[in-house]
Amino acid sequence: MKEEHTKTQDYLQKDKPHGMERRDFFKILGGGIFIFFRPWAAIDLLGLPAEQARSLPKDYNAFLRIAEDGTVTCFTGKIEMGQGIITSLPQMMADELNVQVEKVKMVMGDTDLCPYDQGTWGSMSTRVFGPNMRAAAAEAKAVLLELASTQMGVPVSQLEVRDGIITDAKNPKSSVSYGQLAKGKKIEKFLDVKPAVEDYTKFTYVGKSYNHSDANIKVTGEAKFAGDLKLPGMVFARILRPPSHGAKLTSVDYSGAEKIAGTKVVRDGDLIAVINENRESADESIVKIKAEYSFDEMPVNDRTIFEWMLKADSNINVLRSSGDIEAGRQASDKVFESEFHDPYLAHTAIETHTALAQLEGDKMTVWASTQSPFGLRDGITRELGLPEEKVRVITPFIGGGFGGKGEYQQGIEAAKLAKLTGKPVMLIWTRDEEFFYDTFHPAGVIKIKSGIDKSGLIKFWDYNLYYSGARGSDTLYDVPNSKTTHYEQKRGGSPVHPFGTGAWRAPNNNANTFAREVQIDIMAAAAGMDPLEFRLKNLKDENLRACLKAVADKFGYVAGKTPSGRGIGIAIGIDAGSWVAHMAEVKVDKTTGKVQVIRIACAQDMGLCVNPEGATIQMEGCIMMGLGYTLTEEVLFEGGNIQNRGFDSYTIPRFSWLPKIDTVILERKDKPPQGGGEPAIIGIGAVVANAIFDATGARLYRMPMTPARVLEALKKA
Amino acid sequence: MEETIKFKLNGKKTEAMIDPTQTLLWVLRNHFGLTGTKFGCGMGFCGSCTVLLDNEPVRSCQLSAGEAAGKNVVTIEGLATNGKLHPVQKAFVEHDALQCGYCTPGMIMNATGLLLKNPSPSLQEIKDGMENNLCRCGAHTRIVEAVQTASKEMKGGK
Repeated sequence: MKEEHTKTQDYLQKDKPHGMERRDFFKILGGGIFIFFRPWAAIDLLGLPAEQARSLPKDYNAFLRIAEDGTVTCFTGKIEMGQGIITSLPQMMADELNVQVEKVKMVMGDTDLCPYDQGTWGSMSTRVFGPNMRAAAAEAKAVLLELASTQMGVPVSQLEVRDGIITDAKNPKSSVSYGQLAKGKKIEKFLDVKPAVEDYTKFTYVGKSYNHSDANIKVTGEAKFAGDLKLPGMVFARILRPPSHGAKLTSVDYSGAEKIAGTKVVRDGDLIAVINENRESADESIVKIKAEYSFDEMPVNDRTIFEWMLKADSNINVLRSSGDIEAGRQASDKVFESEFHDPYLAHTAIETHTALAQLEGDKMTVWASTQSPFGLRDGITRELGLPEEKVRVITPFIGGGFGGKGEYQQGIEAAKLAKLTGKPVMLIWTRDEEFFYDTFHPAGVIKIKSGIDKSGLIKFWDYNLYYSGARGSDTLYDVPNSKTTHYEQKRGGSPVHPFGTGAWRAPNNNANTFAREVQIDIMAAAAGMDPLEFRLKNLKDENLRACLKAVADKFGYVAGKTPSGRGIGIAIGIDAGSWVAHMAEVKVDKTTGKVQVIRIACAQDMGLCVNPEGATIQMEGCIMMGLGYTLTEEVLFEGGNIQNRGFDSYTIPRFSWLPKIDTVILERKDKPPQGGGEPAIIGIGAVVANAIFDATGARLYRMPMTPARVLEALKKA
Repeated sequence: MEETIKFKLNGKKTEAMIDPTQTLLWVLRNHFGLTGTKFGCGMGFCGSCTVLLDNEPVRSCQLSAGEAAGKNVVTIEGLATNGKLHPVQKAFVEHDALQCGYCTPGMIMNATGLLLKNPSPSLQEIKDGMENNLCRCGAHTRIVEAVQTASKEMKGGK
């Protein structure tokens, strides 16, 4: 599990040719045994329906190599951004191949060394990529056993493997190592067998806790992120930015900037930048450029956006429908109608979008903080008109992504500037640029109509989703009459979002879980039932029931009708194949409206858990990050002008917010591993909203639940 | 205008011909190649660029290089001695108190400064002391535990 991402030199190594073809692997990597493999369906790889999926440029998307020194290396386009797959994927590989986990290395996110991968998101690395990688490892082991069988003159069935050494069971003195077998060989196998579901219980490394394998180099400052690299002759760039989305440059005067020592101004159409070998001189130069703009912005702001969406001419798409809503309404004793609002959110990774680009001859190399190295490669190919084989993207360690680094505008900008200036260009977005060009979590409106009968059974569920995504919009509960309708951007119609939006950790599931679980809580209160009892009464999903039971045990839940004054909330949900349940306790200051979350417990069923330590950390991170969208985070804007562009005005969770966190991972060794980087964030908004209601009787329909909004809700309570 | 600035950097007397109005952050990163000190916001709000100046945690993006003249600057690269991790670094590894690792150097430097001033901080004092260092991955609970562990080890004189 040794890291590949250690020294600058490793990244700056230039002796590798571009556009590596399969036949080139031997030439570059030397001998050994190579197994090429791919995910088995387009949906596995892309998370998209097959018809939307792009055709793969190659017939495989990862490979592993057994080298002559016995080292096992997995080459994959996946990247490491804190989610911990640099630690967990080798565990899976080590078990399947019967080698020590330390012998497994990962080479990640290098478009020349690694085959195509769509990107690292959607909690796919473990649940989708993992099984395929394991199948490839099993194939490699079969090849090795064949070789050993021939060399030792005994049948494969008589061989045993341990720690990379194959031994004749009848003659323990006769053995051969993987490295010895790979020596001088050039064996290439294309994995043709769909991975079978394995018996996960036999494993040595999988299921055992490992600390981050990259922790040592991250506590010493040795780990290199894109901005830490340096090339001879490198300059720092700053780009002239418009004041708002939709603004067009009408005139520009850069004479002031050119007076700064060492500064050069470059321009290619709308791309105007300054370069200087000192970052701060570039900073000083960019503000000396005088520019004027014309404005054509959408007449919408963060207060009017919800009405704007409801009025928009939308494409109406019924996602799910069962039974008859009207019949359900007739059968209901009480009917409930709610409207939930969710704002735009910024990703705010602490590392801003960063890229270093170098053009040598006709070859462009870009080191970038991106979740999508191949997407960036294709973007550069497209925008700079370079052939694919002349573009190489390398991803060093990434300082947080959360979906925001699925985009890679900075990499294309750096590449353009490297071409324009003929120098290696380092582009590190400022925090202001990061907030401005972020692909925000989209704002949305969710309207729910629902009803219960006298016994507290939900009779109908009419769920309407406007402009926020559908992930997590499933009804979950056992409702005879239900319908989910998505109001979406009309193709060819005027855009509804005034700026770019994209995936934000567990994309849109946070909003959907918030709306659904608050509505459930409203009905439980109206039914005069304990909210846990109400959920269990209406829920057949055994996995969710198990999570609810586990979280109640961990939390020490005592039943009670809401509002009880205790400040306790419940929420459940499903994301990335995993089931989660949350419970929380809050304190609400009724004079200021401030909410303090005292404790949160979360139970998660993620199938087989590869690395419990890593998974627990992800759950804790989800809970902490989730408090942000719940309590403070909201992009403020007027037309295309983003107004809060700093950590002083866009508040993310801090140490003083830290609640007591308890996590439970259910024992599910019989089921394949599921996503772990996102599920535990989805219920935070809901669990806190429900806890606020339990504490005060005030119902919140709008995130974030700021003191002002809590006070407003208290007035209505 | 460039001038010679003298200061102690990670235990060594250092001289540099630099523009003293540049921030210490970019002088450390670009002139000395000490890239463990990170740029996060450039406005003093996130704490990724925290270093010790005469044992005091400071935001190197808010300090000019000239202000470091004659002082003792310690960065994340200077914390380990003879290849042995500092107790705070060691505790961060033990508690897995990081995810992406980008805010980590600033967290460690701030925690080190905190423990130098107050070797036995209470839980509340740790939270207060770390409040202005931002972590987006949400490693807070483990960072607090790591600081508690480091506090014990440093008091034990190890």
